Amino acid sequence: MSQPCAIVGIGQTKHKKRRDDVSLPGLVREAAQRALDDAALTWTDIDAVVLGKAPDPFEGVMMPELSMADALGAAGKPILRVHTAGSVGGSTAIVASNLIRTGRHERVLTVAYEKQAEGNAQWGLAGGRSGGMGAGGIFAPWMQKFIARTGSPAHIGPMVAVKDRRNAAKNPYAHLQMPDLTVEEVLDSPMLWDPIHWHESCPSSDGACAMVMTTETLAAQAPRPPAWVLATAMRSELGMFPGRDPVRPQAGVECAHAVFETAGITNPLEQIDVSEIYVPFSWYEPMWLEGHDLVGHGEAWKLIESGDTNLGGKFPVNPSGGVLSSNPIGASGMLRFAEAANQVRGMAGEHQVEGATVAYGQAYGGAAQYFAMWVVGATQDAVQRKL
Amino acid sequence: MSSHDIAIVGYAQSPSWERAELTEVQFLFPVIADAIAMANIDRRDIGFTCAGSCDYLSGQTFAFVSNLEAVGAWPPISESHVEMDGAWALYEAWVALQHGDIDVALAFGSGKSSPGDPMQIYPLQMDPYTLTPLGADPTSLAALQARALLDSGRITEREMAEVAARNRADAVGNPAAQVSGEVDVDALLATPYVTAPLRAHDLPPFSDGACAVIMATADKARDLSDNPVWIRGIDHRIEIHQPGMRDLRESPSTAAAGKAAGVGDGPVDLAELSVAYTHQERILTGALGLGDGVKVNPSGGPLTANPMMATGLSRIAEAARAIQRGDGKRAVAHATSGQPLQQNLVCVLEGEK
Repeated sequence: MSQPCAIVGIGQTKHKKRRDDVSLPGLVREAAQRALDDAALTWTDIDAVVLGKAPDPFEGVMMPELSMADALGAAGKPILRVHTAGSVGGSTAIVASNLIRTGRHERVLTVAYEKQAEGNAQWGLAGGRSGGMGAGGIFAPWMQKFIARTGSPAHIGPMVAVKDRRNAAKNPYAHLQMPDLTVEEVLDSPMLWDPIHWHESCPSSDGACAMVMTTETLAAQAPRPPAWVLATAMRSELGMFPGRDPVRPQAGVECAHAVFETAGITNPLEQIDVSEIYVPFSWYEPMWLEGHDLVGHGEAWKLIESGDTNLGGKFPVNPSGGVLSSNPIGASGMLRFAEAANQVRGMAGEHQVEGATVAYGQAYGGAAQYFAMWVVGATQDAVQRKL
Repeated sequence: MSSHDIAIVGYAQSPSWERAELTEVQFLFPVIADAIAMANIDRRDIGFTCAGSCDYLSGQTFAFVSNLEAVGAWPPISESHVEMDGAWALYEAWVALQHGDIDVALAFGSGKSSPGDPMQIYPLQMDPYTLTPLGADPTSLAALQARALLDSGRITEREMAEVAARNRADAVGNPAAQVSGEVDVDALLATPYVTAPLRAHDLPPFSDGACAVIMATADKARDLSDNPVWIRGIDHRIEIHQPGMRDLRESPSTAAAGKAAGVGDGPVDLAELSVAYTHQERILTGALGLGDGVKVNPSGGPLTANPMMATGLSRIAEAARAIQRGDGKRAVAHATSGQPLQQNLVCVLEGEK
């Protein structure tokens, strides 16, 4: 009973350290209104809303779908609220697409956001007064292990940071704009959690992202090209036990295999034109390239070093600037999914990958234990056309 | 829209505790294990899992992550989480089953509210600019709603007390119940107001607890159970947020969800409704068009057992149990979120026997 799902509208806010020019509802409406405008639809055209964000204590508002029901145009409609840690933006998009693919609704608005300047996300991530490690502190030893296992040279992480910040300079919505950043500057910046330098870490941002999804029939009425959801997958695993490999989490491997198999992708490196991957710390680019079997063991650093993951390279990763350039946590996953969709629509602007027809969006969360992925295409047979 | 037939083949509930000695994941573990055992499946047969819980109740970001332990998420599972009552987790899992590529799904809801003070926490559910600063707590908002209903002559304080007395009597013998027993309505009415016009018996306990439900597609359900309970319809709606902008005497979102779920398409024998405040029974039965012949909350309802984030899903489990016990053939289950009755889910269940 799976029916085609088309993305016909995409919107995002300008991401900033502090968006004190808008309220919480103002922030989500900015993205949602842009998505509706893109689809040439109005609030009343929407059948259901799916909202996603990371922990409520980040802003101090419990179950914000309740107080935002009016702002999201949801009064009288169904609204769902998803929370799957850092992967939530991706999971939210998948839940929304399921409402179309199962024939439940004809037009669904999905929105994800975080307004981190309302609170202290680092305090929240680090367990408050317990003085825990925070995300970087948890991930750093796993990056060290990855470097040791693969023999990746020390400049690979900084190269990813430079690439993503330079890409972000082509994306007017991106938080950090650093077109002239160099590897030397990254290496000279303070060490936060070895091997992560200051410039290799994501910022803390206020921002939102929204998409309008619809059926094949209604997609024909959309004024701009749609992106088609070709495959989705979600996987979760326990975060901590001795048999787990956190450097290459099994949930990430199985999620990738599932989404590629469903999409008909047999050779990701050849058949995917552009990828938007959740890279909050530079080393996660090579870690996910290998952890999702996009390249073989020990191959990721070579791909990066050769410039293949640059915009204009053979396998562009995060042409939008990625999480390293904008990180409103709850929205970061949806931004990956939405940027992938905009690429196959040919609507990514200055960071467009020429001729992209198949794109991959990925988000992860928790202790690298939650994964959400999708493959989108310019046409429903976009993958087949490449075989 | 047509949908695949989905049936409930297993369910389990923890007791409703004023203060659980166990952690949330500890009391969730046997609930999920019991639901799996009842469904006669192996953990590995579950194609999709959806959880419902609330970080704020635990006072900890990412509190839901540890609940994965109770699911046994190894090898990795296909899983999602809603920051909502488990009834909405069931809805997401029901949608996932509509694809037809999986045949069994697990939904659960769990909450441990006892470490915090609900009267301090729940105002954070309200508009952060205009209502949270006023300390708009659930009891005060429910009291405003009850007052509006009383003033319109649609209910009396005695009728409210009668709801409490009936619920407590019905809860006798329900192992999940926290409050039960025979009480005298006159004695209840002689007690002082907590927040006028609500007395202690008009208010729910804020409890710790969990509930899990296992659903299967039609063929699989018949394989697994000789007495599956079919989900004939399920839908949910939200209303605008500002209580001052709503007619609190009505619940249009419940009415709309009930209509979409098909409540009126056949006779209803019993209903399990999220009546957390006595006066809300009148509002909800009215919105759902349930007549005097419908037995409401035969389990005792949320006024006797109110595990946060599992209360709504428990209504579905209790309705399924009542059908399987032979107390009725067709039942309505209702879940709510927000204050007072801002968001509502309605599920129509039907037995085979």
